[in-house]
Amino acid sequence: MDPLEVARWQFGITTVYHFLMVPLTIGLGIVLVAMQTAWHRTGKEQYLRMTKFWGKIFMINFIMGVATGLVQEFQFGMAWSEYSRFVGDVFGAPLAMEALIAFFLESVFIGIWVFGWGRVRPRVHLTVLWLAVAGSVVSAYFILAANAFMQHPVGVEYVDGRAQMVDFWAVMTNPTLLVHFPHTIFGALAVAGSMLLGIGWYHLWKRRKEGIDTVDKHGYVVVGSTGSKARDEVDYKGWRSSFRWGGWIAIVAFLGTAFTGHTQAQMMIQQQPLKMAAAEAACHDGTGFSLLSVASRDGEGATTCNDVVGVFEIPGLLSFLAHNDFTTPVEGVNSLIPQYEEAFGTHLPDDPRYGERAGSEIEYLPIMEVTYWGFRLMITFGGIAAVAAALGLWIGRKGTVPHDKTLMNMAWLSILAPFAANSAGWIFTEMGRQPFTVAPNPDPTGVDQVWQYTAAAVSPGVTGQEIVFSLAALTLIYALLLVVEVVLLVRYTKGGHPAGMPELLADEDTDDDDHKPSSDVLSFAY
Amino acid sequence: MEFLPTLWFILIAVLWIGYLVLDGFDLGVGMLMKVWAKNESQRRVLLNSIGPVWDGNEVWLVTAAGATFAAFPHWYASMFAGLYIPLTLALLALILRAVSIEYRGKSHSQTARNLWTWAMAGGSFVAAFTIGAMLALTTTGLPLNEYGDRVGGPFAWFNGWAVLGGLAVVGISLAQGWAFLSLKTLGAPRLAGNRQLRRYLPLYFLPAATWAILVVMRYPKVPSWGMLTVAAVGLVLAWGASSRRKEGLTFTGMVVFIVFGVGAIFTALYPNVLPSTINEAYNLTVTTASSSDYTLTVMAIVTAIFFPLVLAYSVWSYWVFRQRLGEQHIPESVVVTPV
Ligand code: HDD
Ligand code: HEM
Ligand code: HEM
Repeated sequence: MDPLEVARWQFGITTVYHFLMVPLTIGLGIVLVAMQTAWHRTGKEQYLRMTKFWGKIFMINFIMGVATGLVQEFQFGMAWSEYSRFVGDVFGAPLAMEALIAFFLESVFIGIWVFGWGRVRPRVHLTVLWLAVAGSVVSAYFILAANAFMQHPVGVEYVDGRAQMVDFWAVMTNPTLLVHFPHTIFGALAVAGSMLLGIGWYHLWKRRKEGIDTVDKHGYVVVGSTGSKARDEVDYKGWRSSFRWGGWIAIVAFLGTAFTGHTQAQMMIQQQPLKMAAAEAACHDGTGFSLLSVASRDGEGATTCNDVVGVFEIPGLLSFLAHNDFTTPVEGVNSLIPQYEEAFGTHLPDDPRYGERAGSEIEYLPIMEVTYWGFRLMITFGGIAAVAAALGLWIGRKGTVPHDKTLMNMAWLSILAPFAANSAGWIFTEMGRQPFTVAPNPDPTGVDQVWQYTAAAVSPGVTGQEIVFSLAALTLIYALLLVVEVVLLVRYTKGGHPAGMPELLADEDTDDDDHKPSSDVLSFAY
Repeated sequence: MEFLPTLWFILIAVLWIGYLVLDGFDLGVGMLMKVWAKNESQRRVLLNSIGPVWDGNEVWLVTAAGATFAAFPHWYASMFAGLYIPLTLALLALILRAVSIEYRGKSHSQTARNLWTWAMAGGSFVAAFTIGAMLALTTTGLPLNEYGDRVGGPFAWFNGWAVLGGLAVVGISLAQGWAFLSLKTLGAPRLAGNRQLRRYLPLYFLPAATWAILVVMRYPKVPSWGMLTVAAVGLVLAWGASSRRKEGLTFTGMVVFIVFGVGAIFTALYPNVLPSTINEAYNLTVTTASSSDYTLTVMAIVTAIFFPLVLAYSVWSYWVFRQRLGEQHIPESVVVTPV
């Protein structure tokens, strides 16, 4: 069993999984800050209910982000020890700073926020949330700095066979990072936006279905109430706000990803031209963006780009993406591979530490099916979410949503689209970087020799069995926990505002004093 | 003596000590949820006593790993690749444990709660044991070849030290857990904590003390012996205080033991960071394993700014939640039903 293959599966699975939780944590965190700030400023009850409800959803997800992030922190040493030795001097720094500057902030203040309702003054309580969420965003910056280094190494020199940091500022202002970061944050907001929209839709729909809200003859909502606080007018206002906020956030976030993504594509053509060629399945230099290309699988069974036939192409669009004009051609695989072979060689060195991989041939072309579809799925799923948001806002413009089951199911599905877009984006970025873990920096001012093949990055001492064990164990436990998380998310979603504020369900006729939570009792408890 | 690598060696020792002191009591309380707590409301008192702070405590571990990566990449690489299996077990345990804290109170059925209690207690135990085993093996060495790669297969690391270190951290955690409960709770857990420490405190620290003494005997150094002496004084102080029900003093004495005992171990280890059991020439030392002076300087500046801040707001969070917790503070558990 080749440790390399297993190690890649293991890293890919755990990281993509971690990134299911991450964008929701970041996006919802930012939204929570806005909600609680709105409550603080206006004192309107619906913002309090929103803060508490979404706070619960946030926590259910947050904990999984923490649990899966732990694995990430150790993984580089476990199966990728050669990688860690090669880049540790520069790559370890952002990781350590992420922990020191961001994770402490995030976890300490989230603890205070969750348990601090009624215990610290409201203004302090709000500040605490701001700090915790700032921690998430800062953590994203640091970890993306580390990742951007792998895509485009800067600020280093090659000394004694290793990358040595010479300019920390350059690492933290890597141009790749400066577009990675906003793209990722917008991607996270897209997730939060669709979530707000979909769940807001659900509760508006449920109120319609149960006949609480009705519409007048022009289709405008007539808000009703069941008499219980769980379903009163404030409840309606809360869901309508979640719904509208979500729709706008999703749209703006998509535009943000498109705008920053465009910059990323331009940068990628400079920095990792083969990744872009593979993303276009383009053998020959050209200008068109492929909407659909197919490959015949005859010959040796493997797909090479020469078998790829463009079915639909938008002429000039690729050149626009790449160079902001419609005519400059973008280099294809056939002209790029020889350049790479000349610059970096054709074979892995014949070093016994590489085990069976020693001396094997390097395949410079990333798996084209993955890069091609990864790129398109990212954009498509993001677009689906944005269109769904726009449609949703339009359908809901009169204050409520139709009592229609099919639309409801579509709203559920649109929650998933941005998650899929994020996963596709990362799979594209990371698998498109192959065969390198650290892609060479091609700038004229670039760094000689600071690059590394994935095949040279695996731990030489670790056996395939060990990695299979961790792969199996982690995948199993992750799968189980995902089920648990989704069950809880659904349960709390259906619980509505009272899921975050159980006091809303208290019987209102009884004497108030009985129900005033004594200041002695924890307002929140596990 | 190389100044910067030494400074970073000390900082990493500080992070590990901070982790053992702080997450120690979290792990201990986690184990006690199964071992001691007899009913639901006791379990919830235990869980809520660590509720606001456990995650921050765990970040000490994450920071220790990150700082090792940044300051001593070769140590990070050789240690975690060499200890692949125990580290995987530790991670699985920490995952289960983290999730159980948040999800236990959100499950409705008693069966699910029982399962989460098991996950919490089992996870805490396995995490404490494996982390202890790994720490002990860093001090006594792994079969590393000239490149720092472990040879001899997946279990080549295993020996008596692993068991001793595992027991040491389990013991420390249990004692810390009791001491924390006696400081932070009212009623039954507080009484149980006081009673346990009064009777068995030295027993809980026996494996840790054995580990420290054996390591210092292995690499004898005057400062290490000095620190061991201070650690012993801390332990005596703690035990003495526990029989006079001085809860704060007991805890302080135990912290003194952990700080100086583990400090003695790291001091003895210096200048090695990870010895090789095959050939002394292959030992990873503070100089051969460390990053460049540039990286260490940048990291030192950042640490000098942010570490005091972290300490300040962590202390504040303990201050906010200083109130003792008893069964009377625990609200009824919430059952979420569809509206
Ligand atoms: C763009 C953002 C992003 C990316 C690419 C990653 N993470 Fe992450 N990570 C976060 C954003 C984040 C977060 C939003 O800050 C989390 C999610 C939930 C949380 O508690 O914080 C988090 C949690 C989290 C934790 C737990 C922190 C705690 O205990 O509070 C660790 C140790 C890591 N991550 C480490 C990593 C590593 C080593 C990664 C690289 C492979 C990685 N993360 C990718
Ligand atoms: C959280 C978002 C991320 C996702 C979804 C992601 C996804 C992936 C995937 C799918 C692979 C497997 C590629 C392959 O085997 O072909 C991979 C590999 C890898 N990624 Fe990422 N990645 C993410 C973030 C990061 C970050 C932030 C870093 C560094 C700090 C990183 C470092 C690596 C390394 C070291 C490998 C292993 C070597 C390799 O197979 O290329 N990744 N990642
Ligand atoms: C028109 C829209 C978009 C364009 C043109 C675009 C473009 C890109 C490009 C070129 C990359 C690769 C960067 C690299 O490998 O260096 C990328 C990565 C990525 N994309 Fe997009 N994207 C778009 C929409 C989206 C949407 C809607 C989401 C999520 C909701 C998303 C999430 C991601 C993620 C998570 C990555 C990996 C992280 C990164 O490289 O920043 N993208 N995108």
